[in-house]
Amino acid sequence: MTAKPRIAFFDFAGCEGDQLQVANLEERLLDILGHVEVVSFREVATRSAETYDVAFVEGSITRPEDIERIKRIRAGAGVLVALGACACIGGINCLKNFLAENVYREEVYGPSARWYPTAPARPIKSVVQVDAEIPGCPVDPAEFARVVKEVLLGKTPWLPDWPVCVECKEAGNICRFEMGRMCLGIITRAGCGACCVTEGAHCWGCRGLVPGANLDSARIVLDRAGQDRRAVQDLLRFYLGDTAATL
Amino acid sequence: MAKKTQSAAPAKTGKRVDVHYLTRVEGHGNIVVEIEADGRVSACRWEVPEAPRFFEAMLIGRDYRDVHHITSRICGICSIGHQLASLQATEDALDIRVSEQTLLLRRLAVHGENLQSHLLHIAYLVLPDLMGVDSVIPLAETHKDALLKLVAARRMSNEFCRIICGRTTHPQRMTPGGWMRIPSIQDLTALRALLVESLPNLDFAVDLVASLADKIPSFERKTEYIALVSPTDYALYWGEVGSSQDERHPVRDYKSVTREYCVPQSTAKWSKNVDESYMVGALARFNLNAGKLTPGAAAAAAKLGLKPGCTNPFMNTVAQLVECVHSVEDSVALIDKLLARGPREEALPPIRVKAGKGAGAVEVPRGILFHAYEYDANGRIFQADCVIPTNQNHANIQKDMEALVPTLADKSEAEIELILSMLVRAYDPCISCSTHTLDLRPGQEKKLVRFVRK
Repeated sequence: MTAKPRIAFFDFAGCEGDQLQVANLEERLLDILGHVEVVSFREVATRSAETYDVAFVEGSITRPEDIERIKRIRAGAGVLVALGACACIGGINCLKNFLAENVYREEVYGPSARWYPTAPARPIKSVVQVDAEIPGCPVDPAEFARVVKEVLLGKTPWLPDWPVCVECKEAGNICRFEMGRMCLGIITRAGCGACCVTEGAHCWGCRGLVPGANLDSARIVLDRAGQDRRAVQDLLRFYLGDTAATL
Repeated sequence: MAKKTQSAAPAKTGKRVDVHYLTRVEGHGNIVVEIEADGRVSACRWEVPEAPRFFEAMLIGRDYRDVHHITSRICGICSIGHQLASLQATEDALDIRVSEQTLLLRRLAVHGENLQSHLLHIAYLVLPDLMGVDSVIPLAETHKDALLKLVAARRMSNEFCRIICGRTTHPQRMTPGGWMRIPSIQDLTALRALLVESLPNLDFAVDLVASLADKIPSFERKTEYIALVSPTDYALYWGEVGSSQDERHPVRDYKSVTREYCVPQSTAKWSKNVDESYMVGALARFNLNAGKLTPGAAAAAAKLGLKPGCTNPFMNTVAQLVECVHSVEDSVALIDKLLARGPREEALPPIRVKAGKGAGAVEVPRGILFHAYEYDANGRIFQADCVIPTNQNHANIQKDMEALVPTLADKSEAEIELILSMLVRAYDPCISCSTHTLDLRPGQEKKLVRFVRK
């Protein structure tokens, strides 16, 4: 490949916080931009193209028309990278999947609810093949930079396959369970440095399940934390609504 | 006769501008304009085809402790503002009182986010238009020095949000009743230094934009301006709903101001108060609160030729730049207050879960944002309403276009497209926030729309 790789950004239903995190790389972004040609980044630039070496896709699939669009993007892309929780695991958009469709439509749109095409929220990989994922809500800019580097070098990007608890211990945090609170660090894929726990919150599970997550064991731990089943269910539905985490 | 000379000359054709997915805005919006050969405007539409996300429904049944986390995901850019409006609504409903330290931190958080968003908009989204290029990327070659100064200012704003809220996007430290982790004295001192250091960069930006003033279209349209107002300060975190043409309303009465409605030719809900549409955002805030700006911000406004009562929507970006100076100066004062009282970890106030209704309003980068919730006795939401600034601006964008397009009939399609794109960009629309836009397709236009929230 002599020419600069052509990269593109696309978004579906989401808050565009992941593309914002990319913009937040500031000077580092300018470095990356020196090594690639951005052919489509609607949020930043006025131009677009039909084919690209690498396509970054943010957001969940939530409408029938999204399916056609993601298929077109897939057809034009050499490598397709899912960007952020909505694209990788469906994320917070999946909360609506737990309501009856007529309920969530009518709650927001009233009697005109039937006009608007909508469907259960899904991750990108439920429709097309995804070559790499950068999880998180939002994505971590440093991890984005690493994955971009690996993709550009033709390597298969890797993700940590251990739980957030490992990084949480490294960060020196007091375990939320010790504080009588709940936390999903026990079953969530690491790579964020346990940033939410470190900042006083708990792990919400935004990076998806760690490979081989032991959900049975997690249920016992969560129950022992003394929270009621509904609170446990609330927490699991935040981001993991599209997984098999049926606690 | 004019007609005859026309048929003798090469056939004069009409013009069509069809911007499908306007770039350099957050979210999906289209501009459609058709001008007939005789100069008559036959179509002029601002459309919003963003996928609906049903946030208000997603909140139903959720516990009061989780709501601010969910609502911050409405928007990546305004995630702090959504959390703050959400926390205010929850605290109003459950009668939770927060400490003075929490209030100081929250006011800082608003400044951090406004700086972050305004600088992104000014430097990355609008500057390319003023410089005559299609993105910020070529400016890295041609105007590297200027760009690096702006990038440095923006890096400061990111660092600001990180130090106060924990992260630049989607903060983690806020919770109903208080703050989960307090920035250290060292962090606050470092932030104070960063803020002071950034003032020359902002001065540079003010000079740069002032030198490009002739690139800002001169277009005036009288409209209503709505923003938070307060007797004490340039209201951003707290206040009453003020208007350039109406009396003040308490935040709980927001529905009597936002009065959302729908019209057949629009794809999005519109808002109106006393005038046919109204504008929210930096220009609205400036028009209502200019007298309460910090001295540096007032000086910047004077240099940029921005005066209260300005009715040129393109000047919204200029007002954002003025607000950046204000936010930096006011933040320094807030940090001094925090340092003087000594930042300390505080226990959350006792919270008694009960049924209740509450509303909150915060000035986020694009304008006034309302959240309102109704909780059941278990502290779970059974009705939620979020009124987003961009949705309040849609009608005003449309009305501006209707007034602007006839004056552009002589220009080329490319020029018309650029000026209309610049108009929409001036509003800094954040369309993915638009939680309840509607798609009114041909054939469905006659149906009457009634909104549950009315």
